[in-house]
Amino acid sequence: MSDQLRSFFGCGLDDERTFDLEDYGDVVARWCGGCGDHGILNAVKRMMRDEQLLPERTVFVSGIGCSSRFPHYLNTYGFHGIHGRALPVATGIKLSRPDLHVFVVMGDGDCCSIGAGHWLHATRYNIDMTVLMLDNAIYGLTKNQTSPTTPQGYKTNTQPKGSFLPALNPLTTTLGVTNVSFVAQTADWVPAHLLATIQAAYRHPGFSFVRILQRCPKFTAPLFSEQARTPDLHELLVHPDGVTVPALDKIYKRRLEHDPADLDRARMLAEESERFRLGVFYRDDTRPRYDEIRHLPTYTAAENIDRLNLELDRYAV
Amino acid sequence: VSSSSPVSAVGSAPAASSESVAKNVIRIDEHILEIVSDSGEGAQKCGQIFASVSAKMSYGVWTVEIIPAEIEPPARTPASASGNLIRFGRDQITNWGDEANLVVAFNEQVLLSQHRLHALADDCVVLIESMWSEHPDEEIRQEWKAALEEMAESHYRIIPVPMQEECLRRVDDPRKGKNMFVLGMLAQIYGLDLEKICEQIRQQFAKKAPEVSKANCDLLELGVAWAERNLDFRIEIPRIEIDEPRVVMNGNQASALGAVASGMEFCAMYPITPATSVSHYLCEMFENYGGKVHQAEDEIAAAGVAIGASYAGKVALTVTSGPGLALKTEFIGLAIMTEIPLVVLDVQRGGPSTGLPTKVEQSDLLAALFAQPGDAPRVVMAPATIEECFHAMVTARRIAKTFRCVVMVLSDANLASGQQQFRRPALDEHWHAAPANHRAVGADERPYDWDPETGLSQRIVPGQPGGMHTVTGLNHDRDSKVEYGPEGNQLGCEMRSRKLALLHETLSPPPVHGDDSGRLLIVGWGSTKGAIEEAVDRARAQGHSVSSTHITFLSPMQPGLGDIFARFDHVMSVEINYSDDLSAPHITPENRRIGQLALLLRAQTLVDIDCWTRVPGQPLRPGQIHEAICNKLSSVSELEATSS
Repeated sequence: MSDQLRSFFGCGLDDERTFDLEDYGDVVARWCGGCGDHGILNAVKRMMRDEQLLPERTVFVSGIGCSSRFPHYLNTYGFHGIHGRALPVATGIKLSRPDLHVFVVMGDGDCCSIGAGHWLHATRYNIDMTVLMLDNAIYGLTKNQTSPTTPQGYKTNTQPKGSFLPALNPLTTTLGVTNVSFVAQTADWVPAHLLATIQAAYRHPGFSFVRILQRCPKFTAPLFSEQARTPDLHELLVHPDGVTVPALDKIYKRRLEHDPADLDRARMLAEESERFRLGVFYRDDTRPRYDEIRHLPTYTAAENIDRLNLELDRYAV
Repeated sequence: VSSSSPVSAVGSAPAASSESVAKNVIRIDEHILEIVSDSGEGAQKCGQIFASVSAKMSYGVWTVEIIPAEIEPPARTPASASGNLIRFGRDQITNWGDEANLVVAFNEQVLLSQHRLHALADDCVVLIESMWSEHPDEEIRQEWKAALEEMAESHYRIIPVPMQEECLRRVDDPRKGKNMFVLGMLAQIYGLDLEKICEQIRQQFAKKAPEVSKANCDLLELGVAWAERNLDFRIEIPRIEIDEPRVVMNGNQASALGAVASGMEFCAMYPITPATSVSHYLCEMFENYGGKVHQAEDEIAAAGVAIGASYAGKVALTVTSGPGLALKTEFIGLAIMTEIPLVVLDVQRGGPSTGLPTKVEQSDLLAALFAQPGDAPRVVMAPATIEECFHAMVTARRIAKTFRCVVMVLSDANLASGQQQFRRPALDEHWHAAPANHRAVGADERPYDWDPETGLSQRIVPGQPGGMHTVTGLNHDRDSKVEYGPEGNQLGCEMRSRKLALLHETLSPPPVHGDDSGRLLIVGWGSTKGAIEEAVDRARAQGHSVSSTHITFLSPMQPGLGDIFARFDHVMSVEINYSDDLSAPHITPENRRIGQLALLLRAQTLVDIDCWTRVPGQPLRPGQIHEAICNKLSSVSELEATSS
């Protein structure tokens, strides 16, 4: 859309606009060739196109890292903040502007390491936002340091003899938090599943946490290359209340019926397994939402001044 | 009514009588009163009610809370002392003054703590709970004796008061009622309006059963009656004449009300002493104005949530104290870089590290100005009175919005809990921001369309069609695109800095208290204003050529200081932060670390500014400052004599 048209459409004709993929961003992303982030960006744009999100009412908040460049490649509002702190910023945005669609994009360092405290609390707040955790199991932007999700034994610049400890499991961690309402896992190399999962997350009323397994061709290629080529190394969780992608039926034959209302089983399935489990582990649309609980009417300045004068009366000499 | 037993060699026990004793009426312009108890016995509540009622009767007041560091320190120990100091009188009172003239102590140990702090005048009247002198526990009797011996050299007039015994006539647990008995006694001594006190008590206990208010008012009456029957003096202080509506409150209440009056609608915070009571008050009433307080999971998140709320359109507030400010540093830098308006209220306490959590200090000045990697200009202002705590919030929001910048408001523990009366603010709709307008953004508008002259630019917020862009903590150009070129960072820094120069142009020089020129100028900032001016007045009354000035804007630094300083032979800052004493071992003029304001002013004005600073964990007293002024004047005279 031309700039002229854009400002014209701002005059109250929202309903008549339709948005194509390029309306959500048409710049070339500067990630490495083969980086999983490219596919995730495409899926996000397609989801926005399918849902016809108003670009001016959509905000992408990110932290720091390769994946946090995300907002720069979209034609929505974006907030590229500081390392690990995307969630507090998104919380402030949604609490003060419930009319905005809020998305958070962060990496495994952002979410599971430097900003881990915010992750737990944001899960519990259950504010309506879509949270994409792009997990390549490494610090990429700073060049190859161990992250909390780096598998044990995997060699990096900071743990050259191999990662000392078993990797942190972001799924079981999120599923362990009180008031969790949506947890899913998908992978950048299964585009149809990726799109369907992001869509389900967006539609979920509450804090939807999606861990996206993401290839890093530079530093963690061996972790994902074989899996990405081998559908049998995946197991799809399927259910009418979860994500179903019929187009994948012929290729991804290993499937597991899982009702996402079952939290105990979700936690069990989220434990380490031989195969990548993709799908919705858990969802509950009825959990209390902090943004709804804290929603308030607005008053005019004149109304507030009248009330404040009454309050000042209490202190009158 | 039985009289209390004789307690000490000092002072006289009151006469036992069922009738009122003749009163010696002491007429005086002002008095300093202290009420101290074990933590939990309610001396603070008693003091707060006393102060607010005396202010409502149009006395000038200033209060300081005496706060123990722990919630439940061991009873009957000096560390347990908790209560209130109230200085009140016929004039506007601007600081806590010097030693107390009258003290009510619930036991001899808390009295001892005040004695050891030299907080009591030599002729102080001491009204003390008498039950400890004949306590069945031998150890307590010994402690009582030892304490009185320790205080024997002073000339306190010690009057034993059978508080416990009197309160037992009305309640079963006197520990919960003594404070109201004491309040009654004080009301009788100072002639306070009983109806106003009862009204305050009813307000205080509005949420509890009516019997609670009744019991408290009864205890109050008992206190009045006891003083009437037993005390041989009364104190009469003339009231001030006021011809304008006034309010009385403490600094944290004023800051919270100022935030509401400014039209701010969002506050994110994490609990920290002594800032928390601002948030408590906002939590209680902010929603009535459509405002939210979000208690975040940590200090960092509190800053981030506030920034997110500001980014989405309104100016948000975060409230903290020193250690919290340290944690918020990175986020504050982000707000500065992205030019997202933000108000940070820092209620300063003693530092470094956890320091003195409940006690006053002015040690965050340099951190407020400079704690940030890279060049990060922000506005820093410091209210000096309770009234300024209110108006500072209104000004801070407007500056943050107009200049797209971070405004730090430095209050402190002294202002936070001190009550003072001031002109009732005339609330104004113009203090509020205009309602959100999500108009479409024109093709020629840019998110950082810096005016090359001023650095100012119009903010574009989410919801505005056509204005989509990504804000970033990376250096960026006018379109908010990441910019690494050799000139790009220079330009961004210039534009953010230019705004401060622009604000500087709108400020006025601070007024000079005293003569416009002379031998010595004292410079201060923040809560010390009243004490400094009182000390200057005393010195001037003795014929000394001394004046003072007080700085409200510390970044950008208020204009005209060089000209003011040039009119005085010597300039010295007075601050509640640390500086080396030149007479201390190893300290030389070359290595001496000086007060924070002094350091800033020397850099800004190239004037050889001296400093007198202390970190006692309590407000400075006018007497101490007066002494420092006299010492400074005599030392410069000596120097001049030797050099000529």
